[in-house]
Amino acid sequence: MPLDENQVNNIAQLAHIEINPEDISHYTRDISNILDMVKQLEQASTTDIEPLSNPLEQIQRLRADVVTESNQRDKLQENAPLTEKGLFLVPKVIE
Amino acid sequence: MNWETVIGLEVHVQLATKSKIFSGSSTTFGAEANTQASLIDLGMPGTLPVFNEEALRMAVKFGLASHSSINHRSAFDRKNYFYPDLPKGYQTTQLHEAIVNHGYVDIPLENNEYKRINVLRAHLEEDAGKSLHEDFQGHSGIDLNRAGTPLIEIVSEPELSNAKEAVAYLRIIHTLIRYLGISDGNMAEGSMRCDANVSVRPVGQKELGTRTEIKNINSFRFVERAINTEVERQIDLIESGGRVIQATRLYDSIKNETRPMRSKEEANDYRYFPCPDLLPIEIDDAYIEAVRDSLPELPDQKATRFQKDYQLSAYDAEVLVVSRELADYFERCVQTSKADAKLCANWVTGTLLGALNKGATDIEQSPVSAEKLGGLIARIADSTISGKIAKTVFDALWDGANSADEVIEKEGLRQVTDSSAIQGLVNEVVDQNPEQVESYRAADEKKRKKMFGFFVGQIMKASKGKANPQQVNQLLLEKLEK
Repeated sequence: MPLDENQVNNIAQLAHIEINPEDISHYTRDISNILDMVKQLEQASTTDIEPLSNPLEQIQRLRADVVTESNQRDKLQENAPLTEKGLFLVPKVIE
Repeated sequence: MNWETVIGLEVHVQLATKSKIFSGSSTTFGAEANTQASLIDLGMPGTLPVFNEEALRMAVKFGLASHSSINHRSAFDRKNYFYPDLPKGYQTTQLHEAIVNHGYVDIPLENNEYKRINVLRAHLEEDAGKSLHEDFQGHSGIDLNRAGTPLIEIVSEPELSNAKEAVAYLRIIHTLIRYLGISDGNMAEGSMRCDANVSVRPVGQKELGTRTEIKNINSFRFVERAINTEVERQIDLIESGGRVIQATRLYDSIKNETRPMRSKEEANDYRYFPCPDLLPIEIDDAYIEAVRDSLPELPDQKATRFQKDYQLSAYDAEVLVVSRELADYFERCVQTSKADAKLCANWVTGTLLGALNKGATDIEQSPVSAEKLGGLIARIADSTISGKIAKTVFDALWDGANSADEVIEKEGLRQVTDSSAIQGLVNEVVDQNPEQVESYRAADEKKRKKMFGFFVGQIMKASKGKANPQQVNQLLLEKLEK
């Protein structure tokens, strides 16, 4: 298996996902299987192939440097659980 | 044991675009919280970024000015981490294919020589928002106006050997970005910020010591102090048997110390991957050459021209090209005064910069315009006033007077060049001081010189500083020696 349980725990932490301790072995097996499957790709020869950063064979279109957005704060903050003085409030980040 | 310091700097520069890097929100500094944060900046589902062409052009300008190679193809990556002022959960940046690679800048050293510092890369990325940690009902406040502001991060090779070199490098970068007009470089407003990677090693050791990274230093002075403090800490630590732990640290300017940032070990696992929302950027040689043609005269070129066209010393030229505004001021001053450029350089780098410094203001806010100073210098050059009186006129201009000519007329400061008037003053002073005249005539050559100064002083005083000094010297000598 390419992954062990510690790594799965670590990934969950990085992704801020809470997982049930009893499910860890299950996830470890599943994700490892997926990685094994993807690993088969490594057997393909990529010698004359350019790295692909995007499957669309197009390049980025550029936008003119113009301000097109207006202040929508009141509408956008209707979605926020807590605001004060125009700020979004979140649980304290540093003690 | 003798220690050697190794420093690399990462400089974040906010680009002076009107709109954000991936959205049409305004980037104006100081707006009310969250009034410049659109759906895209907030990372709402269903939105897509569109890249700002001006941010690209500005990055290329920096690349060309730093003698770097410009990548014909570059791409964006996602740097993943969770923090409330980063609404998307990732920062869009360039890891694998940066737009600017492998350039250099030459920094001046204290011994008047130059040191070449290699620039590893400069990549485009977006800024995060701001977290305010004052107490808001037990919460932190988030302002996303800054989120999505375009940045270039300029990464130097670890080739700086002390805090002074780091500051010199930072100043060169600051000068460059201001000349290029790609950023206002205002460190107090966060337009330019600096992270310093610092390590020490015994002199002669080849491999690098363990480094620490001091984050977000926001003034030239603090860069120097933060690095010196950190170097001292590392040396003390090693010499007392400890070892440096690789970590991110913050500089506390009040306590003058660095301390570790509270962060979990895995915080550095950013799991970069190519951003699927943005296509690769391709530019061709024609684009790069068009940008090259649009570059202004850069500080090095200007300094060379000043030495050649105005016969200035290398030192004067360098002081004057520190900012485009100062260099322009000097050139306008030369034009207005039609006088010797060296005289103008002396006034600009001496009296004017001294006064600006003392008044804690800068050249753009100078109470004395280049035209006014030029007008004053013209009157020194044509001997209407003496250099000493000119200082008085300068003070009047500083306090708001309209022109040097007006001050000279109104205050009657015109230099006295009428020999008979000066002769009168000479006679008067000599007659009033018979004892000094006696001892002057009795003294030897060496002593006479000193005593001569006494008479000159008295005469200048009697003329209220207006007598032409050369004439005073000549007539006085004749009077005393006869």
